[in-house]
Amino acid sequence: MSENQNINYLNHPKGIMSWLLTLDHKRIGLMYLFSGIIFFLIGGLLALGMRLELAAPGNDFVSNDTYNSMYTLHGAIMIFLFIIPAIPGALGNILLPLMVGAKDVAFPRLNLASFYIYSFGALFAIYTIVNGGVDTGWTFYTPYSTQSTSNVVPMTLGIFIIGFSSILTGLNFIATVHKMRVPGLTWYKLPLFVWALYGTSLVQITATPVLAITMVLLILERFLGIGIFDPALGGDPVLYQHFFWFYSHPAVYIMILPAFGIISEIIPVHSRKKVWGYKFIAYSTLSIAFIGFLVWGHHMFTSGQSVFSQIVFSFITYFVGIPTGVKIFSWILTMYKGQVSFTTPMIYALSFLFLFTIGGLTGIFLGAVALDIHLHDTYFVVAHFHYVMQGGTIIAFLAGLHHWWPKSFGKMYNQKIASLCALGVFIGFNGTFFPQFLLGLRGMPRRYATYSDQFSELHTYSTFWSTILGLSIFIAILNLMWSLRKNNKLDPGSNPWGALTMEWTHTSSPPHPHNFESDPVFTNGPYDYDKVIVEPTLKK
Amino acid sequence: MIDRLNEFFFPKQVSTFASDIDNLFYFIFYSSVVLMAIVVIGMVVFSIKYRFKKGDKVRLTSSKDHDNILESLFFIIPLILVSITFVWGIRSYLKMIIVPDDAIEIKVTGQSWFWTFDYPEGGTSLNELVVPSNTPIKILLSSKDVLHSFFIPVMRTKMDALPNRYNIMWFEAQEEGVYDIFCTEYCGTAHSQMAAKVIVMKPKQYEEWVKELGSGDDDLPLDELGEKLYTKKACNTCHTLDGSDLVGPSYLETSRMWGQTRNFEDGSSAVIDENYIRKSILEPQSQIVAGYQGVMPTYQGLLSDRELDALIAFLKSLNDK
Ligand code: HEC
Ligand code: HEM
Ligand SMILES: [Cu+2]
Ligand SMILES: [Cu+2]
Repeated sequence: MSENQNINYLNHPKGIMSWLLTLDHKRIGLMYLFSGIIFFLIGGLLALGMRLELAAPGNDFVSNDTYNSMYTLHGAIMIFLFIIPAIPGALGNILLPLMVGAKDVAFPRLNLASFYIYSFGALFAIYTIVNGGVDTGWTFYTPYSTQSTSNVVPMTLGIFIIGFSSILTGLNFIATVHKMRVPGLTWYKLPLFVWALYGTSLVQITATPVLAITMVLLILERFLGIGIFDPALGGDPVLYQHFFWFYSHPAVYIMILPAFGIISEIIPVHSRKKVWGYKFIAYSTLSIAFIGFLVWGHHMFTSGQSVFSQIVFSFITYFVGIPTGVKIFSWILTMYKGQVSFTTPMIYALSFLFLFTIGGLTGIFLGAVALDIHLHDTYFVVAHFHYVMQGGTIIAFLAGLHHWWPKSFGKMYNQKIASLCALGVFIGFNGTFFPQFLLGLRGMPRRYATYSDQFSELHTYSTFWSTILGLSIFIAILNLMWSLRKNNKLDPGSNPWGALTMEWTHTSSPPHPHNFESDPVFTNGPYDYDKVIVEPTLKK
Repeated sequence: MIDRLNEFFFPKQVSTFASDIDNLFYFIFYSSVVLMAIVVIGMVVFSIKYRFKKGDKVRLTSSKDHDNILESLFFIIPLILVSITFVWGIRSYLKMIIVPDDAIEIKVTGQSWFWTFDYPEGGTSLNELVVPSNTPIKILLSSKDVLHSFFIPVMRTKMDALPNRYNIMWFEAQEEGVYDIFCTEYCGTAHSQMAAKVIVMKPKQYEEWVKELGSGDDDLPLDELGEKLYTKKACNTCHTLDGSDLVGPSYLETSRMWGQTRNFEDGSSAVIDENYIRKSILEPQSQIVAGYQGVMPTYQGLLSDRELDALIAFLKSLNDK
C-alpha cells in the first residue's frame, strides 16, 4: 500500500458499528467471506471426522447416530451455508460493482439485509448443531424426515430463511448488471464473471422459491399432520423428491456457474491472452442455467418414475453436458499463444480444469440410465459430486480468493506456501476421492457409517489422503490470514497480475470507499491483451 | 485379462444383463480416457510451450479467439459419443425393466432395518433371499415404513422400496452362490447394517428349500423350533452364539445371563427373565443395553406367540450347554 492511498474501504470509516451497519458492498462481501470460511472449516472438520470413522470397518470412532448426524451437517453446511450463499455473497459482492464500474450494487440496503437474513438463518443451523444435530441427509427425504426425532424443523427453517437471502442477492445482482454499468460497457464487453453472476442470479430467484415452499410444506406436515409427503398421512414421498430436485438440480448450477466465471477471469489474466470463445461462454452460461431446470429427474432413476420420464430426463441431461465440455476446451485454448505464468491462482485454475473434467465426465456415466441404476446412491456418486463441487467450485473459489486477495486487502500472501498448498490440495483431493469411484463401482453404498470388509482397503486409502487434503486447505487459509498482519512488507501494487478488467485498472488496491475516486471512464475490453499492455505491478 | 479387468472395476457378473451394463461402462470409460487425455495434453502443452519465462517482456499477444472448424469438432465428437451412450443406456434399461412372463414372483418388503421375502409357494424368509439359478425372478418391492432401496451389486440392479406403492424389478442369476444385498436409500440409525444376502441355488435345490420353508413347524419341540427361527428370522446376523460381538450382544453366555441384571444406556437396569427377553424382541428400542446402539428392529407382527416362546426357550436352553 503506498502512502497516498491511506483512505480505503477497509480503514474508512472506522469502528465496529461502521462494519455492522455498512452499506458498502465490499465490506458486506468480506463479512460473507469470513462467515463462509468459518462454515467451510466446520464442514471440513466434520468431513475429516467422518473419514476417520470410515478408515476401517466397524464403529470404531463414532456411533451410527453420530455419523448420520455428521454427514447430514457436513452436507447441509457445505451447501446451504457455504457454497450457495457465501461464494456469490463474497466474491460476487466484492467484485460485481467494481467490474461494471459502479459505486455500489443497485440496492445497498437490501444487500445488507441479505447478509443479516443469511446470518439469522445460520443461527438456526448453529442451534441445530449445538442441540444434537439432524440425521436425515441434506436432502431431507420424506417420510424419514417427517418421522425423525432429530432437529429437522430448526434446520429446514434455517434453510428456508437463508433462501430469502439468496433471492434478494440475486435480485440485487440482476438489477446491478442491468442498470449500473458504466457508459460504454456493453453486454458483450462485460467480464465473464459478471455473466456468470447474472446467470446464477437468474437461477437463484427462480428456483429458490420452490425450495422454500418445499421446506414450509415439510414443516407444516410435521406440525399440523397435513398429508403431503408422508404416506402414513396420505401423502406421496416421490412428490417430495420431485419438489426437492426441481430446486436442487438448478442449485447445482448456482454452485458451479460462479466457478465458471472465476475460471474465465483467471485463465486470460494469467495467460495474458484474450479469452477463447467469449460469446460462446457467455451464452452457454445462460443456456446451462435454463436447461438446468429440465433435468431434475436424473436424481430419481431408481424411484420408479415412468419409463418415459426416465428416457426424457436422460436425454436432456446430455444437453447440459455438451456446452460444458466445449467450455473446457475454450479455457484450454485461451492459453494458446499467450504468456502463461504459474502463479497460485493459475495453479488452482489448471487443477480446476483437470478435476472438473473428471467430475463432468463421470456425470455422463450417471446420465446413462442403465448404468446409473447400478451406481445410484453409491460412492461413485459421492466421488462424482465431490469432483464437481469441491474439485470444481471450491478449487475455483480458492483460485479466486488468491487472485483477488491483493485486490481486496492490498496485501500479498507468501506465494511459495500458497502454491505448495495448491499442489497439496490437488494431490490430496485425488487421493481422497478417486478411490471412491472404484468403491462405488464395486457396490459400496453411500451414507454408511460402517461397511463390510471387502471395501476396507480403498476406504483406508481415501482416509489417508484426506488428511493431506484437509491440512493443505487449512494451511492455505492460514497463509492468507497471515498476510493480513501489520508488518507484511510484500507489496502487490494496485494491479499485481497485469489484468485488464476495471476492478484492477481503474482503482487502487484496496479500493477507495466509493470504489473509484472519480467517475470511471470505460477504456478497454476486459480481455484486450492483443491491444493493451499493462505491466504487472507485482515484483517477482 | 478381460475377467481380471472386470474384477478390478466390478463385482461378479451374475445377472443376464450385467455384462451389457459393464460394457456400456467400458464404452464411456474409454471415451472419457481419450477426452481426458486431450484435455491434459492440451493443458500441459500450452501452459509449458507458452509459459512466461524469466526475462521475457510483457507483450501484446495473439488476438485469435475462435476457430470454426476446431469448435465444430468439439461439438460433433462429444455429440456422437453421448448419442451412443444415450441410446445404449436406454436400450439396456429396457432390458432391465421388461420382465419375462415366466418369472417367479417374490415379494420383498423393506422395514427398518431388515428385509422380508415372501415366496409364491408360501413361506417367508428374513434377510436371506433364496432364488433358483437360470430362472427369471420378478421382485415386487415395497416398504413398511420409510424409504429403502434394494441393491444387488452382482445383478447390477437396484430399486427404491416405497411405503405407498409397489416397484418392480427383475433379474436372472446365471451362477450359484451367496451375494450381498445392500440398502441404498438412507433409512435411519442402522441403514448401514441393513444388509441381506441373495442365495442362488440350483432349481432342484430351490424347490426343496421352498417346500421345507412352507411346511409347518408345529410338531417341533419349542427349543428346536427356536434354534431354527434364530437363523430364519435373522437373529444370527446381529447376535452370534460364540461370544464374539457383532452389532448386538452375543448369546454364548446366556447360561449366566438369566437372573442377572442388565444395565441400559439411559442408566436404568432390569433383571433378565422371560418377560425381559420378550419385551426386548417386541420393543427393542424401549431398553437399550449399555454399550450397544438401538439398531435392533422390532419383531412386532413378525412372530407368532408360539414362535416367540420358541425363541425364548431356545435362548434359555443355551443354559444347559
Ligand atoms: C439388526 C441387528 C439385530 C437383529 C436382526 C436382532 N437383534 Fe437383538 N439386538 C440387537 C442389538 C444392537 C441389541 C442391543 C441393543 C438393544 O438392547 O436394543 C439387541 C438386543 C437384544 C436383546 C436384549 C439384549 C440383552 O442381551 O439384554 C435380545 C433378547 C435380543 N436382541 C434378541 C434378538 C432376537 C431373538 C432376534 C431375532 C428374532 C434379534 N435379537 C435380532 C441387534 C439385533
Ligand atoms: C475435506 C474435504 C472433504 C471430505 C474428506 C469429505 C468427505 C465426505 C464424506 C465422507 C461424506 C459422506 C459420504 C456418505 O457417507 O455417504 C461426504 C458427503 C457430502 N459432502 Fe463432503 N467432503 C469434503 C468436502 C466437501 C465439500 C467442499 C462439499 C461441498 C461443497 C461437500 C459436500 C458434500 C455433500 C453434499 C455430501 C452429501 C451429504 C449427504 O449425503 O447428505 N463435501 N463428504
Ligand atoms: Cu442434477
Ligand atoms: Cu437404508
